[in-house]
Amino acid sequence: MEIKTKHLEYVYQKNSPFEKRALYNINITIPENSYTAIIGHTGSGKSTLLQHFNGLLQPTSGEIQIGDLVIGSEKKKKGLKSIRKKVGIVFQFPEHQLFEETVEKDICFGPMNFGLSEEEAKIRAKKALKQVGLNEEFLQKSPFDLSGGQMRRIAIAGVLAMKPEVLVLDEPTAGLDPRGRTEIMDMFYSLYKQHGISIVLVTHSMEDASKYADHIIVMHKGTVYKYGTPREIFDSPEELIKLGLDVPESIRFQLKLEEKIGAQIGKQPSISINELTDNILSYLKRGDIQ
Amino acid sequence: MANKFVQFNNVSFRYDEEAPYALKNVSFSVFEGEWLAIVGHNGSGKSTLAKLMNGLLFPEEGDVYINHLKLSEELVWDIRDQVGMVFQNPDNQFVGTTVQDDVAFGLENHGIPRDEMVERVHEALRHVNMVDFLDQEPHHLSGGQKQRVAIASVLALRPKIIILDEATSMLDPRGRNEVLEVVRELKNKENLTIISITHDLDEAAKADRIIVMNKGQVYREGLPEDIFMMDDELTKLGLDIPFTTKLVKSLRENGYDIPKDILQEEKLVDYIWKLKQNI
Amino acid sequence: MMEKMIFGRYIPVESVIHRMDPRAKLIIVFLFIFVVFLANNPMTYGLLGVFTFIALLLSNIKISFIIKGLRFLFWLILFTFLLHIFFTKEGELLVSWGFIKIYEGGLIQGIYISLRFFFLILFTSLLTLTTTPIEITDGLESLLNPLKKLKFPVHELALMLSIALRFIPTLMDETEKIMKAQQARGVDFSEGSLTTRAKAIIPLLIPLFINAFKRADELATAMEARGYRGGEGRTKYRLLKWDLRDTLALLILIALSVTLILLRN
Repeated sequence: MEIKTKHLEYVYQKNSPFEKRALYNINITIPENSYTAIIGHTGSGKSTLLQHFNGLLQPTSGEIQIGDLVIGSEKKKKGLKSIRKKVGIVFQFPEHQLFEETVEKDICFGPMNFGLSEEEAKIRAKKALKQVGLNEEFLQKSPFDLSGGQMRRIAIAGVLAMKPEVLVLDEPTAGLDPRGRTEIMDMFYSLYKQHGISIVLVTHSMEDASKYADHIIVMHKGTVYKYGTPREIFDSPEELIKLGLDVPESIRFQLKLEEKIGAQIGKQPSISINELTDNILSYLKRGDIQ
Repeated sequence: MANKFVQFNNVSFRYDEEAPYALKNVSFSVFEGEWLAIVGHNGSGKSTLAKLMNGLLFPEEGDVYINHLKLSEELVWDIRDQVGMVFQNPDNQFVGTTVQDDVAFGLENHGIPRDEMVERVHEALRHVNMVDFLDQEPHHLSGGQKQRVAIASVLALRPKIIILDEATSMLDPRGRNEVLEVVRELKNKENLTIISITHDLDEAAKADRIIVMNKGQVYREGLPEDIFMMDDELTKLGLDIPFTTKLVKSLRENGYDIPKDILQEEKLVDYIWKLKQNI
Repeated sequence: MMEKMIFGRYIPVESVIHRMDPRAKLIIVFLFIFVVFLANNPMTYGLLGVFTFIALLLSNIKISFIIKGLRFLFWLILFTFLLHIFFTKEGELLVSWGFIKIYEGGLIQGIYISLRFFFLILFTSLLTLTTTPIEITDGLESLLNPLKKLKFPVHELALMLSIALRFIPTLMDETEKIMKAQQARGVDFSEGSLTTRAKAIIPLLIPLFINAFKRADELATAMEARGYRGGEGRTKYRLLKWDLRDTLALLILIALSVTLILLRN
């Protein structure tokens, strides 16, 4: 399923003294089975944008097309529920949305809201639990007896069990320790690779954006600053630094080294540690000093 | 050797009698004026350590000494006067309705006269670069700003030691940098002892010394360069290694004998540059 | 909708009324509730009106803004007005139209009661419009202080109020966040029968309560870590300053009451 926006604009509390424009002139396409990372500062409009992807917010002008459904600024759109089934959102700190007595019930909540029978939902719950790396023993436990990291996984399983075609993730690893972070990010990546799901990842981690995504959207002050592959985005790291954003550590290091040497090493910024190693090696092996 | 400011002697702790030990036979010291990082994955017992340092919890076995005072019900308030704590969630430690009220809260508790309070509130907020936000309400502040106010609230009480209990883990990169910058400045200017409990290895790399916790026990204790040389062992403990260490490793694998203990990026840049000069 | 309601909202502008001691404002508003009942003829109502109007002018808040914000309360006033018109049967019969009969007494009574109501609303909203909630809390704490001798938990009450005030925006944000998260899981808060809607509230309320308890717990820990041991021996940072203008305002109100007593029938 493809998501496409046309001149999308969103204004909070329109026509009131508290009016505030959060998004303007957003024209993006999120292709089917793609992995898109959205980066930008807190307050750049990332969170507002992703709430449009399943109709939680409607544009105040312009439009967004989600699959076959076009949502514009008209009064309360019908058919949003079917969209929410296809586009799952994992919000920041999703463990805050858990509420059922057992893990199983909580995971079944979404699927059953979308019309699945209890039996079907339970089958999905088992599967989703396995996907997030927990075994069936957890099904009958209370989610509130679990550790923070486990609760996070349960909440994610609750969204996965809806079997969305597009999975929108708002900083899904915030507050997790390094191991938990890697495990969860790898899990999302395999969903994208093996199950054909589209992933939209909102993140502050340039490492994750460059490692996993095939497209990156840079948001700045409510609009799209740049759109492209990680290679295209990080090819001009100065631009990102100018916006006050981080760049991948390998690029940051390369810039420092180039400043010291007074010349470029390698043809382009290294977006991984392997590329950086190659660039440094070729610099060390090169006979002449420029 | 410097003054042992915090001392744990064979401390064990359980949250209740049926639960497994959160800490088992833990002993270590923190020296006056140092920045110690305690690292470990979630559930390794590191946050329990923090709560034992100011009497929010008491050991089941063993003793905790803070500035030579033994932690006990009677001395708990004297100990809390010396130990400032900054917690994880920026919102849940903001007591006042505005920035200055929040900083004043601890001072009010200690019965400080108002004139002195005003002075101390301003001074503390200057230290964390938040003096322009005196009357700001918490919901108009960013996470990083709230954590800086939390540090100011602690500073105003003039503690000897500040514990950052995963104080940066809920912040975005900008907020994290703001907070760490402030802590580093403080440490240089004041004679403060800092204990940061974290799983952010870049934060730990800034410390003078690191303790690695695993399964409720001290797994390793040492200088950052020693700890990060553990490499794969750290990954197995659910932790990460800093970027510079990763790069050194990668270059070593490619035949360049770069010393393993280089931690700062600047040093590695210099090293590579010199290496080139000598070829 | 909340944005349009100004009842109970603070408007941050500069004015004499804003600068007044919250204690003075609280006392005056409290006394005003009784003073209003002293008026009973055109002269006294006129005087009350002038007094209220001057207070409004001094507050530097646009009158049109206040009127707009209090619109929903005017329906209440209108309702009391009509109630009196139709049900008070005193004096000369003015209008007789079918079963509707309006008497002179009813008309006058209706006008008077409505005016009373109107002045009261204007005056009390002036308090909240010009005083921050925390100032009101401070003022209350200070005024209730003598009750401490009777073991009334004045400090605890004030602290509770101020913490509640501080967390209102936080909890509002959280409510919205959880609502959206559950909507994304297929909950519809606005459609369906009353029972379906009531059921939809559960996935909102439970997480909200659990998170609020967690917050309370962490907040208590943070307060303890900063040396909070109850109200005993605490000093106060927030300062209330009683100025000449506060004494003057109080004197003016007393003068008004005396004049009203003299002028009423």
